[in-house]
Amino acid sequence: MLKQCEGSHAVASAVAMCRPEVICAYPISPQTHIVEGLGEMVKSGKLAPCEFINVESEFAAMSVAIGASAAGARSYTATASQGLLFMVEAVYNASGLGLPIVMTVANRAIGAPINIWNDHSDSMSQRDCGWIQLFAENNQEALDLHIQAFRLGEELSLPVMVCMDGFILTHAYERVDMPTQEQVDAYLPPFVPRQILDPAEPVSIGAMVGPEAFTEVRYLAHAKQMQALELIPQHAAEFQKIFGRDSGGLVRPYRCEDAETIVVALGSVLGTLKDTIDEMRDAGHKIGVLGIVSFRPFPLQAIREVLKDAKRVVVLEKSLAVGIGGIVSTDVRMALSGLHLHGYTVIAGLGGRAITKASLHKMLQQAMRDELEHVTFLDLDHNLVKRHLEREKQKRRSGPMAENILRDVGVVAARIA
Amino acid sequence: MLQIRIHGRGGQGVVTAAEMLSIAAFLQGKYSQAFPSFGSERTGAPVVSFCRISDREIRLREPIMEPDAIIIQDPTLLHQVDVFGGLKLAGHVLINTSHSFDKLGIADIISERRLERMCTLPANELAMKYVGRPMPNAVLLGGFAALTGIIKLEFVAAAVREKFSGKVAEGNIAAATAAYDLIQQKIREKVHA
Repeated sequence: MLKQCEGSHAVASAVAMCRPEVICAYPISPQTHIVEGLGEMVKSGKLAPCEFINVESEFAAMSVAIGASAAGARSYTATASQGLLFMVEAVYNASGLGLPIVMTVANRAIGAPINIWNDHSDSMSQRDCGWIQLFAENNQEALDLHIQAFRLGEELSLPVMVCMDGFILTHAYERVDMPTQEQVDAYLPPFVPRQILDPAEPVSIGAMVGPEAFTEVRYLAHAKQMQALELIPQHAAEFQKIFGRDSGGLVRPYRCEDAETIVVALGSVLGTLKDTIDEMRDAGHKIGVLGIVSFRPFPLQAIREVLKDAKRVVVLEKSLAVGIGGIVSTDVRMALSGLHLHGYTVIAGLGGRAITKASLHKMLQQAMRDELEHVTFLDLDHNLVKRHLEREKQKRRSGPMAENILRDVGVVAARIA
Repeated sequence: MLQIRIHGRGGQGVVTAAEMLSIAAFLQGKYSQAFPSFGSERTGAPVVSFCRISDREIRLREPIMEPDAIIIQDPTLLHQVDVFGGLKLAGHVLINTSHSFDKLGIADIISERRLERMCTLPANELAMKYVGRPMPNAVLLGGFAALTGIIKLEFVAAAVREKFSGKVAEGNIAAATAAYDLIQQKIREKVHA
């Protein structure tokens, strides 16, 4: 049924239809309406038998999810930003123990400086934590990916992060096709754990492993993600059969046939990019965009297949690997090993800076002329940066960076974008 | 695609207004997208929300910088925020005030535009009369329906019912309907003037 609703509401409804048994979350910022909505459903009895556990921190949220999942309950939580960082130790344990928890990450920046807005720094910081990471382009895909995440995670006994852009998607009202409970039940079988803490058949989970077997256990974690590379397209195909929608998969090429320039990106910026690419195609440019849905496992082969005949690749990412440049672009380059094409990294949308069509047009025109810097910061105010560097040169006690820059920028409350 | 920008202050239901507008457009069979300007919302601080309405799927995620229409929920913003920024020359303007454009000090801005597309509406007063609270958002949407013809009043009413219930919903719908009639009358007068 078509519905006009907030992204968070769409995801809460999808998670509810997945029949979770334990939802644990820290309810204070950074948090979204997702767990608020689920909390209301649990309280009203609509989700029975499901327990909502209000925990004292994100670290506790993930710890409770681990315990619940180990006891055989389908477990869900959500967080973002600093909240994700606070739970990191437990995040690694969830994947290391092979517990199929599903978690929404409503992508936000990480401080300092304090910033509550969207970028991908939070989930990118966890790219090597052993969880599967799927990125949604719009609210429909966010909804769909959650249903696929439970199926995929439980099949492999691995946790899955569904990453959706904080605010841009979570707070946006748009049309979604809400599935029926029957469809979700047909797609997602009841949770049959591969491992379970059961008093009737006692086992322990979480042994200490020394050098004699640590590599093998870690190798298995990698091997399972490689299995996911095969399962993700299969699950997307089955999803399409039941729901009638092409959703998920490893990658999503758009107008990439015969493209000389291909932009690679993740998440909601793909929408703005597609509109930009349409306009550039109309003007006669051979350009396309490749969306990555599955960032972990990283689909090296599928990406190489799309990019191999292009002349240049622009990786546009909402994250920054300080000291080198891009995070996504480093991985994309691995997919292009041995191929000779121009590669550009564009850091954009950090801390909620709007990525506009106008800026994308300008940047892509430069890229097509191969005049782009290899690492480019989209819409960077060079003067502001220069002013601060000058200040540092002039004076030893030049003061805190963020405060200085803010003073230079002046009042922003009156601005629209 | 039509792009609408709503300006107001924290506590005036600016975000809810864009959401209701998007619901009304959806019920009318359109694609629509509503989102707030993100920030740490505080009561009284300037707030912006956005709504796009289209016959096709909306993929664009940038803020609305060249709106086809603006709704100003608080006239004290006129000299604080560049509310008219990027507004198309033939665009619609609806301002919540009981004063005239002259008295608001924006006669210059208004004079170069199409008069029948600019209106003021005493939305706070109407809200007080029908709802008992100076909450102008739904009232302005009623006026917006009359001013622009982009959405029908019946879908504004349906959107209000999705967001509110009982007395609050019915009061807001009555106020929105009164606003609709008032704006229709104002436009008739302008056309015949």
